[in-house]
Amino acid sequence: MPDLLSLLDVGFFAALIRIATPLLLATLGELYCERSGVLNLGIEGIMLLGAMVGFTVTYFTGELWLGVAAALATGALCGLVMALLTVILGVSQHVSGIGMTLLATGLAFFLYRLVFGQPPVPPNVEAFQPVPIPGLADIPFLGPVLFNQVPLTYIALLAVPVTAWLLYRTSWGLSLRTVGENPRAADAAGVSVWSIRTGALVLGSALMGLAGAYLTIAQFNAFTFGVVSGRGWVCIALVVFGQWYPWRCAAGALLFAFLEALQLRLQATNTLHIPYEIFLMLPFVLTIVAMALVSRNARAPAALLIPFRKEER
Amino acid sequence: MIRFRLERRQETPVSVQIILPLIAVVAALLICSILVWLSGTNVVEAYKLLFLSTFETTDDLQDTLVKASPLLFTGLAVAVAFRAKFWNIGAEGQLLAGACAASFIGEQMWLPGFTLVPLMILAAAIVGGIFALVPAMLKVKLKVDDVVTTLLLNSIILYGVMALLEGPWKDPKSGYPNSPVIRPDAEYPILAGYSLHLGVLLSLIAALVVWWVMRKTTLGFSIRAVGENAAAARYAGLPVARVILIAAMISGALAGLAGAGEIAGVRYRVTTDLSSGYGYAGIVVATLAELNPIGAIPAALFFAVLFNGAGTMARTTGVPIYLADVIQGVALLTMVAGRLFTAYRLRIVRAAHA
Repeated sequence: MPDLLSLLDVGFFAALIRIATPLLLATLGELYCERSGVLNLGIEGIMLLGAMVGFTVTYFTGELWLGVAAALATGALCGLVMALLTVILGVSQHVSGIGMTLLATGLAFFLYRLVFGQPPVPPNVEAFQPVPIPGLADIPFLGPVLFNQVPLTYIALLAVPVTAWLLYRTSWGLSLRTVGENPRAADAAGVSVWSIRTGALVLGSALMGLAGAYLTIAQFNAFTFGVVSGRGWVCIALVVFGQWYPWRCAAGALLFAFLEALQLRLQATNTLHIPYEIFLMLPFVLTIVAMALVSRNARAPAALLIPFRKEER
Repeated sequence: MIRFRLERRQETPVSVQIILPLIAVVAALLICSILVWLSGTNVVEAYKLLFLSTFETTDDLQDTLVKASPLLFTGLAVAVAFRAKFWNIGAEGQLLAGACAASFIGEQMWLPGFTLVPLMILAAAIVGGIFALVPAMLKVKLKVDDVVTTLLLNSIILYGVMALLEGPWKDPKSGYPNSPVIRPDAEYPILAGYSLHLGVLLSLIAALVVWWVMRKTTLGFSIRAVGENAAAARYAGLPVARVILIAAMISGALAGLAGAGEIAGVRYRVTTDLSSGYGYAGIVVATLAELNPIGAIPAALFFAVLFNGAGTMARTTGVPIYLADVIQGVALLTMVAGRLFTAYRLRIVRAAHA
C-alpha cells in the first residue's frame, strides 16, 4: 500500500510526539507510585482535574506557566490525599484510587460549571506555541519531529532519562525501589516507608496533573468534559506493559501514540474504510494481548497493593 | 506510660456495620457543603432539595426506584467479585454489553412475543458474564492483572458499541447513533404506577438470591474462603481457579442484567450514553454496603435519591448538578477510611512499671 506509507511523513511523527506527551508524563507519574508500592487508580481523575485547573488559571491570569504550576500543585494535593488513605491509613488501594477518580472527576465538572456556567461556545485560551531549539530544529526529519515542539513536550521527553536516573542512580531511587519490593527491609535499614511512599505519590500525581494541563493548554486550547477520556487508564496499562521499567514504559507510550496518530491520519485522509473506533480500540486490545504474552515474565513490585504497618510483624 | 495501638478485631459487630456507612455519608455531606457554600447557596436549602425532592410526588419516588435498580445490580456485581478478590472494575462495560445483547434479542421479529423478555434477560446475563470471564481467565491462567484488563475492556466495549451504532446497527430512522427500538413485546411490564418496571423487582430478587448464595451455599462459602485467603483455600482442597471464574461470571451476569433493565425498562434502544457511570457507582454502592448484598439495597437507594435529587437541586439553585458526583467520590473515601475502625479498634495499652 504505497499511499499508506506516504502518510508516515514528518508531520505524522511530529503529531505522534505531541500525542505521546501526556501519556509519557502520566505513565512516568504512575511508575513512581507503583515502584514505591502504591497503585494509583486516581490517575484518570487527577489528570482531568489538572486539565481543568490548568486551563482555568491560564484563562484568568493569561499566564500559561501559572496554569502549569496550578496543575502541578493540584496533582500534588491529590497525591497527598491518596497518601493519607493508602499510606497513613493503609486502606484498599483499589477502592481509594477509584474514589479519588470519582471525586476529582466530579470536582472538575462541578468547578468548571460553577466558574464558566454553560456558555454556547466553550471559552478558550492562547495555548503554548512550539519553541524551536536553535540549531537542533534544523536537523532534517529529527528537527521538526523532536526539536520544534511546545516546552511541555521537552519536559516530558526529558522526564524519561531523568526518571531512569532518579530510580537507578540515586539513593532516593534505591530507597523507593526497596520500599516497593521489601518495605520491611527498607524500614530496618532506617528508610521511612511512609515518607518515601508519600513522596512518590505526590511527585507522581503532580506529573498526572501536568499531563492533564498539557491537554487543555498545549495540545488543545479549551477544557471539555471528555478531554481525558480514558487516557489515565491507558497509562495504568502502559506501566504494566512496560514491566515497571521507565524506558520500556516510554516505548509503550510512543507505540500507543503511533496507533492514535495513524488513526487520526486515516480518518482525515479517508484512506481505509474502517470505522475509526476500531483504531481507537486497537491499542487497548493490543495491550491486553501484550500483557497476556509477557505476563509470565512480568513481575510487579512485590509490595504493590500491600499497606505497610510498622507494628504488625 | 499510656500508649495507643490498633488491634485487629476478630469480628465486626453488626451495629458498627450499620452505623459506619451513615457516619461516612454524613461526613461526606459535611465536606461537600463547602462546595455548596462556594456556589453561593444556602447549604440546608440545597441539601433539602437534594434529598427531599424524591419524596414529593409518587412519580418522583418511582423514578428514584427505577434509578436504584441498575445501581443495585452493579453494586451486587462488584460485591460478589470483590468477595473473591477478583477486582472487577469493568461493570460499566459488562452493563453495556448486556444491554446490547438484550436490545438485539428485543428487536428480532421472528421470535414469539412471549419469549422475548426471558430471552433478553438470559442473553444479557450470558454476555455480561462472558465479558467478566475473559479477564478472570487471563488472571487465573496467565496471572494478568485483573484491574487493568477490566478497565481496558470498558473502553474496548464502548468503542465496539460506538462502531456498531454508527455502522451496521444504526437505526436508519434516527439521526443519532442509536440502535433500532425494541419490539413493544420486549419491554419489561410496568408493575405499578407509570415507570416501575420488572427490572426493579428483579434487582431486589437478585439481592436476596445473592445474599442466600453467599451465606447459605457451598459456592458462597468457597467464594468467601478464596477471597479471604487463597493459599489456605487451596490447601483445604478448594478449586481456587474455578471459584474465581464462577464468581466473575456471576458478577458479569449481574452487571449485564443492569443493562437489560435499562433497555427493556427505560431506554428501549442502545445509545452510547446508556450507562452514566453505573459501573463505577456500583463500586461505591458495594463498598458502602461492606459487600453485603442486603446492605446494597439501601446503599443503591441512597445514590438513586442523590442522583435524581441533584437534577432538581441544579434546576432550582445555582449549585451545579455534579455535586452528586463529588459526594459519591467523597463518600467512598470516607467509607474506606472509616472502615479501618471496624477492622481495627483503638486500644489503650498501659505499660507495666519496670
